[in-house]
Amino acid sequence: MNAIRDLGWAAVRFVADLGGLARFGAQIGRAALSPPVRARLFVDELFKLGVLSLVIICVCGLAVGMVLSLQGYTTLVRFGAEQSLGAVVGLSLIRELGPVLTALLATGRAGSATTAEIGTMVATEQLDALRMMSVDPIDLVATPRALAMTAAMPLLSALFIVCGLFGGYLVGVGLMGVDPGSYMSSLRSAVDFRDDVLGSLLKALIFGVLVGLIATYRGHTAVPTSAGVGAATTSTVVVASVSVLIFDYFITALWGV
Amino acid sequence: MSRAPVRDLLVGLFVLAGLGAVAYLSLSVGRVSYGGPRHMALYADFDETGGLKPRAQVVIAGVKVGQVASITLDQSYRAHVRVDVDAALKLPIDTTASIMTAGLLGDRYVSLQVGGNDKLLQPGDQITMTESAVVLERVIGKLIYGADRGKSQ
Repeated sequence: MNAIRDLGWAAVRFVADLGGLARFGAQIGRAALSPPVRARLFVDELFKLGVLSLVIICVCGLAVGMVLSLQGYTTLVRFGAEQSLGAVVGLSLIRELGPVLTALLATGRAGSATTAEIGTMVATEQLDALRMMSVDPIDLVATPRALAMTAAMPLLSALFIVCGLFGGYLVGVGLMGVDPGSYMSSLRSAVDFRDDVLGSLLKALIFGVLVGLIATYRGHTAVPTSAGVGAATTSTVVVASVSVLIFDYFITALWGV
Repeated sequence: MSRAPVRDLLVGLFVLAGLGAVAYLSLSVGRVSYGGPRHMALYADFDETGGLKPRAQVVIAGVKVGQVASITLDQSYRAHVRVDVDAALKLPIDTTASIMTAGLLGDRYVSLQVGGNDKLLQPGDQITMTESAVVLERVIGKLIYGADRGKSQ
């Protein structure tokens, strides 16, 4: 009986959490569309979430492209199709690995920091102080961060892909001796603008909304203790990573991106 | 919140780099078409396309001049292929379109052999002389069938 009650409680909590997230998202949407426009705060957050993630994104992109080229070459050379290496590296990076790995890296690098920051503000009663001054903390604190995450994700993803293509080219052409011309021409003939590039950017945009929303919501609803902030940060990384991967499947299945 | 020149510069550079990456992916890798009347559509009917796909290359003398836009089945069960070629090309009306294979097992592409007529193909015209794809299985089948018949006689 108790086990069933626990299950019921868990289900109620899950649905309540989902509802809270949706309501929070709606509040952020309203705050983003209504004045005042907080451009300065937005640029501030774009610096923290975007510019400071740049090094990790580029290094990881380079590494992923290099290993993809290496693995792709050893597989393709069995079928005598190593001329298609550019297509294999390009399509896997653009359609799948670019947006997904960028979202996972940004979650770990920037999402967790956002949650910890907002959670600490909750724990030290800074958000209550804002409410005392009748300033909406969602408008001032959460919205610029969520928007900056949404804006930064497609840019970071595109940079990740370009670094990956460069890494793949280095290994494929420099190390494995694939013809540079056939690498680039197979890449260019395989990648379609509408199907692949636009789809990749759309994917990254959706992941940006998802990660930004989850990170700010978790921070906002953190239990105001040091343990609570820690738990909220962990929860952001777990929930955001899992939902990115699940959404990735459904976006690919529904829109064939 | 005060302005911070160095940080603002870095954010600006980040946004520019990101947009640059998007532009590179779109323009160079994805080859987005800029629109406008740069391509002309031509049509050709084939009995057998042998696995020709949309976006396959269209070449003249091995030089790429366009790509296959769409492949549909017409009322007489022939493949109706639309190719988009460079609008600057002046193709005579007795141009021949044939479906070829890159290598023995490679991708299919459309090759145009330019004719000698004075009249030129206009956008939307039909290329009347076509040569279907050679399907390797059929050639091998004919060879075996022919060899069997030769033995029995």
